[in-house]
Amino acid sequence: MQGDTRFGLDKRTRLLGPVRLDSGAEFAPLDFAYETYGTLNADKSNAILICHALTGDQYVASTHPITGKSGWWTRMVGPGKPIDPARHCIISMNVMGSCMGASGPASIDPATGAPYGMAFPVITIPDMVRAQAILLQYLGIETLEAVVGGSMGGMQALSWAALYPERVRSAVIIASTARHSAQNIAFHEVGRQAIMADPRWNNGAYYGREAPASGLAVARMAAHITYLSEAGLTEKFGRRLQNRDAKSFGFDADFQVESYLRYQGLSFVDRFDANSYLYITRAMDYFDLAEPHDGILAKAFARTRTRFCLISFDSDWLYPTAESRRIVHALNAAGAAASFVELSSPFGHDSFLLDAPEMNRIVDGFLRAGESR
Amino acid sequence: MTILRPDLAIIAAEVRANARVLDVGCGDGLLLAALRDSKAADARGMELNARDVATAVARGLSVVQGDADTDLADYPDRSFDYAILSQTLQTTKRPDLVLDHLVRIGREAFVSFPNFAQWRIRFAHMFGGRMPVTEQLPHRWYDTPNIHHVTIDDFRSFLHDRHITIEGQWFLSGNKPRGERFANLLAQHAVFQLRRD
Repeated sequence: MQGDTRFGLDKRTRLLGPVRLDSGAEFAPLDFAYETYGTLNADKSNAILICHALTGDQYVASTHPITGKSGWWTRMVGPGKPIDPARHCIISMNVMGSCMGASGPASIDPATGAPYGMAFPVITIPDMVRAQAILLQYLGIETLEAVVGGSMGGMQALSWAALYPERVRSAVIIASTARHSAQNIAFHEVGRQAIMADPRWNNGAYYGREAPASGLAVARMAAHITYLSEAGLTEKFGRRLQNRDAKSFGFDADFQVESYLRYQGLSFVDRFDANSYLYITRAMDYFDLAEPHDGILAKAFARTRTRFCLISFDSDWLYPTAESRRIVHALNAAGAAASFVELSSPFGHDSFLLDAPEMNRIVDGFLRAGESR
Repeated sequence: MTILRPDLAIIAAEVRANARVLDVGCGDGLLLAALRDSKAADARGMELNARDVATAVARGLSVVQGDADTDLADYPDRSFDYAILSQTLQTTKRPDLVLDHLVRIGREAFVSFPNFAQWRIRFAHMFGGRMPVTEQLPHRWYDTPNIHHVTIDDFRSFLHDRHITIEGQWFLSGNKPRGERFANLLAQHAVFQLRRD
């Protein structure tokens, strides 16, 4: 593998595909932006695919080129961590539809020489996974030791296990769900409407001009609330005022929590594309793993030999424990080897990105048990 | 290798090699780990306590956090060679329904429980006039997890009513095995091997 230019940091490649989409359309060619850490072993049995969440990217354990921040999951991925480049060949790629180098609405349509915009096809979570399979084929990786993901990354891990059961030995699904609930869809719709209500959105044709930043910022603010918990917000901000001693009797960000949300919204627009936000939230809303199986989730995992590990957090109200439990019941019904635990954390949905020693202990033990089989 | 609790040692000795085993209320997975390591069992577990589940999963076991009272319904009939319920029956809300699931999910089932008719308990109740607090049942009336006390004779009559066959039975006084004679009076713990045909 030494000197193999397909592996390493900040890789880009264009592959012919095509990928056949759930909508019936075909999409080609496909742009991929990905990173690998560690070395693929001789029998190619140590590959771990990390799947990112809605606004995540391939920079799981290296510095983000725009924000300059360290990777988004360095607590889980890195030397001495449960997913360790010393043991594993770790692959993370930008999902299809996103904006960090993967094919998405902001990328150039080779047919027109202009950005796709709204001409980009509506995709699903399984479509993202089918695209990932094309990159893995290019990398020469047939089977994965594990697919690991939190939130939307967990949806991809579930889809991997359902679509390619013989290629996934273990799946780790954290703070995730097998379907979007009405409430999940509702929050996403608020975000999409905020973007589309921004006059700069211009039906998605804003590339080369000013982007619908205020709409995207509001979308991010609304979504960000769903990633936290009431207790977490109270602990962090309470009703404390921002840089002032008294209420302004105006509409400035009087409260610290307002100021914080505004900052979250503003900093987000520098690194994310509004159309990508529309497409990816749509893919998540369309996600219902049981739907193609007459609504019976267990059928999605019939005769699976994949080992599953699910983790939920008690303060996560976006994808609450009941959703993980529903997956576990389906896996039990399918006779799958499943592990599941609800961990306690005050930080809501985002807990999986934060310091959670118990989560690391579980993932470490789960992966090592798979390696010794 | 860790020394197993006596009732678990009895169960472990009976399980056939390469069996599929579900341990309901598996704690941190000691029995499952022993069955995996010594019998090459496909060992799965269910446990209510999150810390115990985490320890069991970190041991490489397939254990789900769940409640015997609510989370057994999805397991298909006869999907395991053995379903085990050790020292858990008396803590369930509906032991009758849990036992129904157990003999449904497992081709055979093992159930172990503390015998509430053992003479020390009878003695404490009769002469002390208080809810017994003993070595085997160390909790007080208000903080005990044991909400459905059962005796060996109660259990046998329950099995008879439900047409559940007893395949084997073992009795313990302290850590020592004892005979079937006067078990309801003398045994502190009982282990039953069951089957519903």
